[in-house]
Amino acid sequence: MLEPFQDPFTQRALLAGLLIGFTNGFFSGFVVLQRTALSVSALSHTMLPGIALGILVTGALTQANAFIGALAAALFVGLGSVVVSRTSRIAQGTALAVLYTTAFALGVAALKRLGNFGELEHWLFGNIMAVGATDLWLAFGIGCVILLVSNIFIRPLLLTLFESNVAAAQGVPVRSMNYLLFGLLILALVTSLQAVGCVLSVGLLVAPAATLSLLTNRTPLLFWGGGLLGALGSVGALILAYWTNLAAGPAIVIVLGALFLLAFLLSPRYGLLATLPHRKKLQPTSSK
Amino acid sequence: MIDGLSVSYRTVSALADISLATSCGNRVALIGPNGAGKSTLLKAIAGLVPRLRGSIQWRGSAVQKWSREFAYLPQREEVDWSFPITVRGLVEMGRYPHLGLWKRFAPGDHEAVTAALDTLAITDLQSRQICELSGGQQQRAFLARALAQEAHVLLLDEPFTGLDRNASSSLATLLSDLSEEGRLIISSHHDLETAPDLFNQCLLLNRTQLAFGPTPEVLTPASIQQAFAA
Repeated sequence: MLEPFQDPFTQRALLAGLLIGFTNGFFSGFVVLQRTALSVSALSHTMLPGIALGILVTGALTQANAFIGALAAALFVGLGSVVVSRTSRIAQGTALAVLYTTAFALGVAALKRLGNFGELEHWLFGNIMAVGATDLWLAFGIGCVILLVSNIFIRPLLLTLFESNVAAAQGVPVRSMNYLLFGLLILALVTSLQAVGCVLSVGLLVAPAATLSLLTNRTPLLFWGGGLLGALGSVGALILAYWTNLAAGPAIVIVLGALFLLAFLLSPRYGLLATLPHRKKLQPTSSK
Repeated sequence: MIDGLSVSYRTVSALADISLATSCGNRVALIGPNGAGKSTLLKAIAGLVPRLRGSIQWRGSAVQKWSREFAYLPQREEVDWSFPITVRGLVEMGRYPHLGLWKRFAPGDHEAVTAALDTLAITDLQSRQICELSGGQQQRAFLARALAQEAHVLLLDEPFTGLDRNASSSLATLLSDLSEEGRLIISSHHDLETAPDLFNQCLLLNRTQLAFGPTPEVLTPASIQQAFAA
């Protein structure tokens, strides 16, 4: 039973799962409150061309130029969709879909051409078993930044998410708060790249808080509970993957998704089974 | 006191040359047809939309963008009522301007929140989620937040919309009490019949100022027809 914990590779992977799971699980509170899960999913795909861009420009692959490349790609696609929708008859969702898939395809093609910067599959679905000591320090550092900044600005951030008008009337710099959230989102996406890859990263960034929102009403619990769920879910999934030979990245997202389904069905307050009898009573009898 | 206030949205003038002087203890109605700029005026006073021209003075000093003394209450339909927050949590947001980013809630802040909940008679609702409130209760929660903020000017956007008769009359009593305690209430209103009972002053506008003064003097058949004709 203790085998996984002896091997240094697995130890690092478990630690990475803990750190990355907690950071992304915490941030998922914002994604759920802002209701931007689908946009986040689109933006997470732009990580790939962003990294390709970083490699193309600098010729090397480090976390720093991955972040900058990812930010540039996300800004281009995100803002691009806004610009297109404002200056044409295209809706923003349509524009976003076209732009992000095109960008993603360009990224896939570019990375295949560039050759020796890692397997495509690892970029798409993660490669947490290969995480090194530097990666761990970076994940820790980024996690600290995200937690610190989120907590410092939690009041103006929550007010902005709830009622941006009232926030502005109270002097909150609403636009800056939105940019801040965007920047933190990119940081979170970059960390989760190693663990679950860019296709699955949105799972880490939505499922934990979504699950918590089925269990509690208290906003702080969405964040801290989400972090805990993300961390424990990731570690649990990695142990499960070790014993069942599943791919690590997908295992994490499968476990988090299963936990969400459990909460959906069994939550004492909001679960389907709990509210079903109530719903049946409200159903009108068949019309005559 | 507002002097020569003008607001433009891109190249379209939404408001031109609004000038009025009023004081605490008054209840001012903003009356005009759809698109007259009532919401825009409220937002301009609150600092939510930029002014093209004009100044706002409060107690002798100019208000640059926003003021802690002004509380803006949006239209209820613009609010995301499914946001996971309790009534008390909502009212606590009124203390944020006093606390800034860092300061923890002090006993004085908690007292201000409790007092506000009491005044609006929603203390028994404080642990409820805001999605569980009725229209009248939602309005009270907003007002409680404005009270907790210790704002002296309340800017209300269509507060009576969607309220049934009981809720409307209790809101009317509340507004009367609040203004008697020394606050200034500026509210957009759509019902010409009830306006004279609820508001002692009135600004009649349709993109530009048509009349300002005591309500019965402003809302004459001739002036109403002029405002709503175009």
